[in-house]
Amino acid sequence: MMNLMPGNLFRLSARVVRWSAVITVLALMTGLEAQDHNPFANDPAAAEAGKYHFRINCALCHGLGAHGGGRGADLTRANKKHGNSDAEMVRTIHDGVPGTDMPAALGSIGVEMKDQEIWQVITYLRSIEVRTPPPTGDAAHGKAIFYGAAACSKCHMVEGKGGRLGPDLTSVGTSRSLESIIQSIREPSKELVSGYETATVVTADGKDAKGIVMNEDRFSVQMMDTSERILLLDRDKLRSFQKSPVSLMPPYNTSALNEKDLQDILAYLLTIGSK
Amino acid sequence: MNKLLYNSLIVAALGWCASNAIGQVTSDRLVNSSNEPQNWFMYSGDYSGHRFSTLKQIDAKNAGSLVTKWVYQSGAPSDGSNGRFEATPLAVDGILYGTAQDGRVFALDARSGRPIWRYERPTPPDIRPCCGRVNRGLAILGDKVFFGTLDAHVMALDAKTGHIIWDVAAVDYKQGYSFTVAPLAVKNLIIMSPAGGEYGIRGFVDAYDANTGQRKWRFYTVPEPGQPGGETWEGESWKIGGAPGWVTGTYDPASNEIFWTTGNPSPSNRGEGRAGDNLYSNTLLVLDADTGKLKWHFQFTKHDTHDWDAVEVPMLVDMGGKHLVVQANRNGFFYIIDRSTKKLISATPFGTVTWTHSKDAEGRPAPDKDAEPTFEGRRICPGAAGVTNWFSPAFNPQTGLFYVTANETCNIFSAAPQKYEQGNAYYGSAYFPAGDSPELGAVRALDPLSGKKKWEFEHVTTSAAGLLSTAGGVTFTGDAQGNFILLDAASGKVLWHFQTGGEVHAGPMTFAVDGKQYVAVAAGTSLYAFGLP
Repeated sequence: MMNLMPGNLFRLSARVVRWSAVITVLALMTGLEAQDHNPFANDPAAAEAGKYHFRINCALCHGLGAHGGGRGADLTRANKKHGNSDAEMVRTIHDGVPGTDMPAALGSIGVEMKDQEIWQVITYLRSIEVRTPPPTGDAAHGKAIFYGAAACSKCHMVEGKGGRLGPDLTSVGTSRSLESIIQSIREPSKELVSGYETATVVTADGKDAKGIVMNEDRFSVQMMDTSERILLLDRDKLRSFQKSPVSLMPPYNTSALNEKDLQDILAYLLTIGSK
Repeated sequence: MNKLLYNSLIVAALGWCASNAIGQVTSDRLVNSSNEPQNWFMYSGDYSGHRFSTLKQIDAKNAGSLVTKWVYQSGAPSDGSNGRFEATPLAVDGILYGTAQDGRVFALDARSGRPIWRYERPTPPDIRPCCGRVNRGLAILGDKVFFGTLDAHVMALDAKTGHIIWDVAAVDYKQGYSFTVAPLAVKNLIIMSPAGGEYGIRGFVDAYDANTGQRKWRFYTVPEPGQPGGETWEGESWKIGGAPGWVTGTYDPASNEIFWTTGNPSPSNRGEGRAGDNLYSNTLLVLDADTGKLKWHFQFTKHDTHDWDAVEVPMLVDMGGKHLVVQANRNGFFYIIDRSTKKLISATPFGTVTWTHSKDAEGRPAPDKDAEPTFEGRRICPGAAGVTNWFSPAFNPQTGLFYVTANETCNIFSAAPQKYEQGNAYYGSAYFPAGDSPELGAVRALDPLSGKKKWEFEHVTTSAAGLLSTAGGVTFTGDAQGNFILLDAASGKVLWHFQTGGEVHAGPMTFAVDGKQYVAVAAGTSLYAFGLP
């Protein structure tokens, strides 16, 4: 029995020390087994096995084809935010990434891979890696129109500068595929980022407002309107509250943003995301 | 001896006896728990699993004036790394007994929330809980409380001090077993069943002598070849067939039968390699309490490939002249089974279901041929988490309504080959929210004689909050946004709500001390108690 009243703290400490010793030994063993280079490199059978492990353990966040999902980055990109070398990738998968949704490979809900399986997943990811050619656009010009003519910064923040109504785009260059970013620019309503649905409210006194829902529950709504004012609303005092799958962002078709300017903005976002 | 002194001694002796009687919970008190509405003796409140109390001090008229009486902080990390606070505490003679994540057990002064004792189980680093380091509560019998550990031990603690009375390893946890269930005390036995359907365990229901910890019987929920049901498994798949019983069952003292339900076969989403019905996975087991012998059974989902554990509370309802066992099942159907004839009366959907459009000869929903997961993925409703799940339903005999938290979700079910390795996760699959999945939840009030919906209270997302209903004409629940909510039991109208600051991922309970009714619920990492001012 380990009673946590003061008189029993010694016994608690003894047990903590015992388990700490076990953990330390396990950690040392793991360290001894750690490798920096993929033992299955370019092995098609290992890539196939890795595909299955990826499906079971990784696809929930990173998408079925590793092209990125709601929470996880596009892993077909050669330039990965947390490192692209074998050693960096095995560390990222094995240990997870503190401060993000990326869990460690053992002992987490829905994720459980041993070292061999991690290497098989890395082999699979190498087999589908897309060597993205360097951005052809002019990043400097892209930045100029991001903050200027295209008015992207009115709603999007990059490195702490810009608006708040759309997602922060600082790391979008590494977390999402180019195709996905282009789709978000050309057809923003096709796949709305969670948390950025449009909401329209009419208050009891007939005033209406449009914006994004920052939080809500059964009894209250916290919104940001298009002037970036925070609205604190009680549902039972609203005349109406409607959410829409149509984005506040207008579609930037080729007449609103030509192909060259699009490439320049992509180049800018990729440059920022790689930092 | 003068008469005054004599009487004083008698009174003193009675007082001494009374103080020593506190904590002595006899089997008779458990059977007759309705005689002591001030106490909450077991996970679901009583043996029938109603999660109903005859306490009525808090009612529909005064509910709006409820206030927080105290908050107990469990000590679990607030970052969620220990999983969620899923336990329902017990209340006996003014003391609240509960568990929290990662082997935490406590006894509190039920009036103030002040701890009387705390126990914390040191847990090995290589335990294998699938879904957080959770625990759902205790059983109490005699002067002991009982619980299961994440490393698959069954333990008895002294109810007055928290000291260990006995500690028994039920099975090797390294094979993927863990205990998260609140045990059930029946006669002098402590009934337990493990979790581990995600690790290829072979499930069982155990009974332990409450005084010694000696195992009195074990019923394997996956039979071996040659036993009845053994023919429902392909090859040696029975050895890793799963079928855990990780939610507390019910008990009928009149028939001396334990009603316990089981979870998914392993691997959860890939049927290849385990051809057959896979008994007794996803099954209602009716066991003789003294021997553990199977008296009869009903399998809800045969050869499950969607992770639809049928562990939801099998509630015993005597109504309309019939003795029923009813269950709102994770697969989306509300089952009504006659305990006398042992036959299914009806199975009615209480949420969106796309996996079946026909029934078998017994009236059981039969899966469509194209409902099987594929490598490319198939969209099926409900999702793997089900229309409902482990969180407790409630039944109010006064309104005649069965209350259940129901969620509307659809998943893309994808199967992938996976080799079994002892102690390693064994899903054979992955599932993802479908792009058009509603991801919404509600409290639904059903007619337990038909399964038909009478009213609904909508949440803004899915919910994993359990329910409690009382003779005050009220039904309590919570939501994922941290609200603790009081509804009119007859209409579903909101009477009161309170923001706890943490997700309500547990079932509420109620008790009384010094003539005052309280209602308690776990939210976030804390246990809250509410009452009238």
